[in-house]
Amino acid sequence: MRTLLLGIGNTLMNDDAAGVLVIQNLAAKFFFPEELTVLDGGTLGLDLLPYLEGVDRLLVVDAVETGGPVGSIIRMTGDDIPLALATKVSPHQMGLKDLLLVADLQGYAPKEMVLWGVQPGSIEMDIELTPEVAASIELLEGKVLAELAAWGITATPKSN
Amino acid sequence: MARIVVDPITRIEGHLRIEAEVSGGKIVDAWSSSTMFRGIEKILKGRDPRDAWYFTQRFCGVCTTVHSIASVRAVENALGIKVPPNAELIRNIIMGIQNVQDHVIHFYHLHALDWVDIVSALKADPAKTASLASTVSDWPLNSPTYFKGVQDKLKAFVAKGRLGPFANGYWGHSAMKLPPEANLMATAHYLEALEWQKDVIRIHAILGSKNPHPQTFLVGGMAIPVDPDSQNALNADKLITISGLLKKAKEFVEKVYIPDLLAVASFYKDWAAIGGGVGNYLSYGEFPDPITGKQFFPPGIILGKDLSKVYPVDQKKVAEYVDHSWFEYSGGQGKGAHPYDGETEAKYSGPKPPYKNLDTDRKYSWVKSPRYEEKPMEVGPLAKLLVAYASGHKETQDAVGLVLKHLNVPATALFSTLGRTGARGIDCLITAQQLPKWLQQLEESIGKGDLRVHAQEKWDPSSWPSEAQGYGWHEAPRGALGHWIKIKDKQILNYQAVVPSTWNASPRDHKGQRGPYEEALIGTPIADPNRPVEILRTIHSFDPCLACAVHVLDATGNEIVSVKVK
Repeated sequence: MRTLLLGIGNTLMNDDAAGVLVIQNLAAKFFFPEELTVLDGGTLGLDLLPYLEGVDRLLVVDAVETGGPVGSIIRMTGDDIPLALATKVSPHQMGLKDLLLVADLQGYAPKEMVLWGVQPGSIEMDIELTPEVAASIELLEGKVLAELAAWGITATPKSN
Repeated sequence: MARIVVDPITRIEGHLRIEAEVSGGKIVDAWSSSTMFRGIEKILKGRDPRDAWYFTQRFCGVCTTVHSIASVRAVENALGIKVPPNAELIRNIIMGIQNVQDHVIHFYHLHALDWVDIVSALKADPAKTASLASTVSDWPLNSPTYFKGVQDKLKAFVAKGRLGPFANGYWGHSAMKLPPEANLMATAHYLEALEWQKDVIRIHAILGSKNPHPQTFLVGGMAIPVDPDSQNALNADKLITISGLLKKAKEFVEKVYIPDLLAVASFYKDWAAIGGGVGNYLSYGEFPDPITGKQFFPPGIILGKDLSKVYPVDQKKVAEYVDHSWFEYSGGQGKGAHPYDGETEAKYSGPKPPYKNLDTDRKYSWVKSPRYEEKPMEVGPLAKLLVAYASGHKETQDAVGLVLKHLNVPATALFSTLGRTGARGIDCLITAQQLPKWLQQLEESIGKGDLRVHAQEKWDPSSWPSEAQGYGWHEAPRGALGHWIKIKDKQILNYQAVVPSTWNASPRDHKGQRGPYEEALIGTPIADPNRPVEILRTIHSFDPCLACAVHVLDATGNEIVSVKVK
């Protein structure tokens, strides 16, 4: 089973960086088995299509506009993801939504999809996170690790 | 008079709003507004100039290479660095394939749906589609079975109730002119282009060590070692892989993209008289010769659609105005600021969302108004080709001549929506045909034993002057991109980017002159104000990308795709 852990976001726009930061932190702290690809997808859409091919399980981490309190986290699965993106809850709705639908059209949509998101407070052009989102990053990392563990993917801490 | 609002314009990167006044079935006035703003210099001030490209790479949601190139060139210009020939060639290949891939994606995935009716494709006869396809190209996939397969796939998808990327199309609109078979052919190639682009962009992964977000850019050259015999360098095997991918890229452009473009264009020749725009064109030129530095596409300026004269580009004549933009300059209104002294003090004075209309007599956009000698300039593939054509560039004159002859239209047809879309294809073709030559030059250079990819003499900041300034130009897929940098005490003092979509999407300026989108919409026919596909045709012909010009200001305050008619 091939699994893709995809962090989405613009690292130059405050809380929009959350998804990318989470996967960068995890990649820095842990070794993962070969079946898992960890990818910083930035804000790209169709350019990510090659990485979806052959992927059985997709785990996306992204800043998601839910209307909830800043820093609150949310889990979505399956068809709720493109549906949620269609009603514009993520700053990257064009890219990721189109990407998933095109993958479906081309016959290689992942069989299983999970999204972990955090409610952004600010998406101005700057590289600081709001304190609320900064406080949620570690929590998200834990959720992602637990999700991977449920899929049988173990993270081995790197020494030091 | 009816005012149409299209907000947001879909199938672009970023957010764009168009307000247009319609009278007698035609647009009589138009306003382009992007409800976002930028401010990269905030992030870059005080940093090491050699690190700037790593940040600017993330400006844009789609083209990760273009802002890296412009940034390293700006620093090299400021410090007087000449990069080695191998690095110049590797950059040409990276930029070239970005252009080719981007133009194909734009045509099939962002623009074609303005001309091609996907729903009509469901009614096409696959056998007739195959015979139509065989008259325009000898592409081997064009068979009845193939087109039937595509049609079935599409039917199954639509049956699931998920039009996906095809939602928001103006299906069955009276302005759609293609027969069902041409629609099916174009739809099949829409899907094929998706697969094709996945492969060809692997060149970025090879030359950039990583894609997305290539990592090998470097002030002074490139950070990819060149050694024909090393596993970890750009070696003979990798050069062969690139050669194969370039061949694949060229074949698709020659046998699929260009034939489709010509086939579609032949049904829409009336659009060769619509969408002309400001008539001033700016190109920075591109693809420097590794030895002489002379650019393959020459830089230049054309004024008032006069192809008998090409003026040189002088970066000193660029200035940005904010008379209709939500910014304030310390020097006050009515004056432009050169990018070296650019300011980005945002001050929103527009209506509180949700609102019906912008106050277009005052400030109405987050996009500044760049002007060249106080004139609005169109940038992009059309500007690039017109400058090259008028400069006597042989490859451009030949390719443009062939297309004009095929469609049986005069050169003045280029000043139009169709001309813009056609120019993008021609640019793609010339570049795809040129790419193997740069690879060959690189192979020859390596073959002679030149393995240099980096000019090291100015790498150490102690070799820099206490103050320096420079600019980096890049003719990106969407046109003239410029980065300007001021360096003081080894750090960035100011940094400004004037991106292609800022030129094109700009609002009115201090003199009240319309920006290129706005001017291009004047005279555009509108068959049905509730379904203004004609606006999308002209706006998409510019290939808007506001993801780098701007960023999301209010993710929740904006309506989902809405067309409002007052």
